[in-house]
Amino acid sequence: MNYDVIVVGAGVIGGMLARELSRYQLSLCLLEKENDVARGASAANSGIIHGGYDPESGTLKAQLNTCGVSLLYRAAKELKVPHRNNGSMVCAFGAEEEEQIRILYDRGVENGIWGLRILTGAEVRAMEPSLSENVTLALWVPTAGIISPYELNLAAVGNAMDNGAHLKCNFRVSKIEPNKEGFLVTSADGETVQGRFLVNCAGAFSDEIASLAGDDFFRICPRAGEYLLLDQEVGAMVSHTIFRVPTKAGKGILVTPTADGNLLLGPTADQVKSPFDTQTTAQGLEKVKKEALSMVPSIPLSKVITSFTGVRASTSSGDFIIQSSARVEGLLHLAAIDSPGLTCCVSIARRAVRELEQMGLCLDKKEKWIATREDPRAFQDLSIQEKNAWIQRDPSYGRIVCRCEKISEGEILNAIRQNPPARDLDGVKRRTRSGMGRCQGGFCAPHVMRLLGAELEIPQEEVTKSGGGSVMIKGRIG
Amino acid sequence: MKEHKIVVIGGGPAGMAAALAAYEAGVKDVVILDREERLGGILPQCIHNGFGLHKLGQELTGPEYAEYYAEKIRKTDIKVYTGTMVTSLTEDRVITASNEKGILQIRAGAVILAMGCRERSRGALGLCGTRPAGIYTAGTAQKLLNCHGLLVGKRVVILGSGDIGLIMARRMTLQGAKVEAVCEVMPYSGGLQRNLVQCLEDFDIPLYLSTTVVKIEGRERLEGVVLAEVDENRRPISGTERSISCDTLLISCGLIPENELARMANITLDPVTGGALVDEMRQTDAEGIFACGNVLHVHDLVDFVSDEGEVAGLAAAEYVLGEAQSKVAVPTVSGNGVRYVLPQRICDQEREIPLYFRVSQPRRNVNLIIKQGDSVLKKVKRIKVSPGEMEKVVLPAGCLRKGKGEIKVEVEV
Repeated sequence: MNYDVIVVGAGVIGGMLARELSRYQLSLCLLEKENDVARGASAANSGIIHGGYDPESGTLKAQLNTCGVSLLYRAAKELKVPHRNNGSMVCAFGAEEEEQIRILYDRGVENGIWGLRILTGAEVRAMEPSLSENVTLALWVPTAGIISPYELNLAAVGNAMDNGAHLKCNFRVSKIEPNKEGFLVTSADGETVQGRFLVNCAGAFSDEIASLAGDDFFRICPRAGEYLLLDQEVGAMVSHTIFRVPTKAGKGILVTPTADGNLLLGPTADQVKSPFDTQTTAQGLEKVKKEALSMVPSIPLSKVITSFTGVRASTSSGDFIIQSSARVEGLLHLAAIDSPGLTCCVSIARRAVRELEQMGLCLDKKEKWIATREDPRAFQDLSIQEKNAWIQRDPSYGRIVCRCEKISEGEILNAIRQNPPARDLDGVKRRTRSGMGRCQGGFCAPHVMRLLGAELEIPQEEVTKSGGGSVMIKGRIG
Repeated sequence: MKEHKIVVIGGGPAGMAAALAAYEAGVKDVVILDREERLGGILPQCIHNGFGLHKLGQELTGPEYAEYYAEKIRKTDIKVYTGTMVTSLTEDRVITASNEKGILQIRAGAVILAMGCRERSRGALGLCGTRPAGIYTAGTAQKLLNCHGLLVGKRVVILGSGDIGLIMARRMTLQGAKVEAVCEVMPYSGGLQRNLVQCLEDFDIPLYLSTTVVKIEGRERLEGVVLAEVDENRRPISGTERSISCDTLLISCGLIPENELARMANITLDPVTGGALVDEMRQTDAEGIFACGNVLHVHDLVDFVSDEGEVAGLAAAEYVLGEAQSKVAVPTVSGNGVRYVLPQRICDQEREIPLYFRVSQPRRNVNLIIKQGDSVLKKVKRIKVSPGEMEKVVLPAGCLRKGKGEIKVEVEV
């Protein structure tokens, strides 16, 4: 078949673009090199809905951030993605940084951000009592928020699939050949997909995809950010997202509650050689701790449950690349989407749809388009009577598999059966939180492995942590 | 809402002993709630022997020890709900639990907490590097191997010399895996001496003390780890790094009492043990809620867990039968060389009181001294003490003096 649009990369940008395109009568195919969606930067970032005071006025980042915030809140509501408009505060320590706060305020006003205020140290501490005594001035950003980034990604792809889009995982693009009907895209395994338009949403690999298509004009300079995640027990110790004054390298290390109720510290910002450089380092995590404690001195670091590194798809120019190829007809790049890319995912997708229309894509609205998805937490929010009725219909919802997060077997089976289906342990974790709690999967992993094996009809030797060669066991006895 | 006299949360060795003790003390309405499909807690996966030497005078395997108690329970009217996970507990002893029949709510006359503990994870240790498959806590690998017949890897490094790690070093070796090293960040092992001999020395598995894992390598499956020696502050010494190829890292770096339910019920926890603050009857500061076993403090021998279950079970029975009297409490405190003392307070000063405690570092030829004020209540000689082996000293009945203040346990070198 000849798809109308092929989207390379099922991260949050590719996923949200597929969702926006699925409103129209189009055949869509999402290609993802990993075993599941949300495996790159879309899964490992701060999960912040940025206010929009930070990007330089006039840049794509500034424009798309300003209009992107309310679009994202709406999509999050429709897709039932955990999020909260908690507001953020940028903190200055002393006179030099106070000057920066005033610059950010002016820039925010110029960018059209609503509700910004400059608060004194005492005022900001009244709002956030655990803030350091050394904070002298702060920028209050009431429109900012927090969102679960991987769940947004999963929901966008799932919703696009519910509306007819196809997802091909483990499709690592190795060849892109322009032809009369558009493009023939070949995977490393020799599978081919033909499509009329090609959108490059390959994140940290978008320069590779561009050059495979014969349009080599930008370079991604991957930048790693290390994070520490703390137990939900201390998730409420701050209620706002707390930044230090940004530097050239990024928005700096933040302290924030997450939409899932944990406390998150980070990220660092270090140039790395490859997008695969997702290791954490002792120096990086030390830096995160030190900076986080400078803002909130009472953070109990003994409550760290895990650390991780995300690699952002940055470029030297600093702005998003949202443009059709000058050399290759039918090719659109959505590249260099680093911060505030998550905030802008809907506004970027909308911009891309308009761009594709100008490139000749016909947009006829579907009569029936599903805007929402089934809430994966539907069961958890029920009353005891309702839960009992549900368990009577399906006893697997009464069997708790993950004791830290209290996730039932029914919810895990649902995650393996829904769009997009979970195919490995990390996939189940991101969809259900099973294994994401304080024991980090120690208790539930054997049970989840059994469920995955049974549902996917594979032996335990083939059950993986995150696809590829990440097998969980190496042999059997008896 | 159902009502029961005594509800025991957790059907491992502590919970089973507690339920039996309460039943035998005359409370016939006893319920055990357990999340697993069978009684025994962690014991069914502990197929090695060494269980029951002190308590039963014989050397059993974990499943055998569990079965000894399960069999006793089957002979009573104690109600057992397996596959039942308690999701909440309130101060006034209302329990909410979930199983495949639905959500269960019980108001209990007394509650005995016996949920056990969990293993410290990779994330909590702050190990740096990548996040490939092949990193397991020792207990998870043990469960996969002994309950599901699945071998997690072929070339293994074990971080931490806790007992489960030592047992798994032997178990994986017997199963044909190569255990390249056991490394321990402290200058001494946290495991029992008998395990060091029987699990490592007998199999020529090297134990590297004052050594830790500083880096994890491999993108999909673990490919290797980097070890480094540490200084006296447990900081890696630069220049001592060396790589070891392996496909598996087992973590055996301590156990953490699973006290989420205790927190929900606003029970005060001891920051050192991670368990509730209790008196000699194992009653927490929430009236009618008792705790025993590894949810209270981590034990190294199941025999002591069962003993503690019996104390809590008997106390819960006395409580629901109205025989318990509230008395003024005397606190116990850790003195020189002692990490913690349990119970943390003593109410009934007439009874004989066993004190359990752990020393903070290994020593030889010491005196363990129990004092109240300036007067020494008891002095015991030990040839050897170690943080990995819990100490027990019994205070004879009637030796405590009213109004003389706290009871201090210390190590005299």
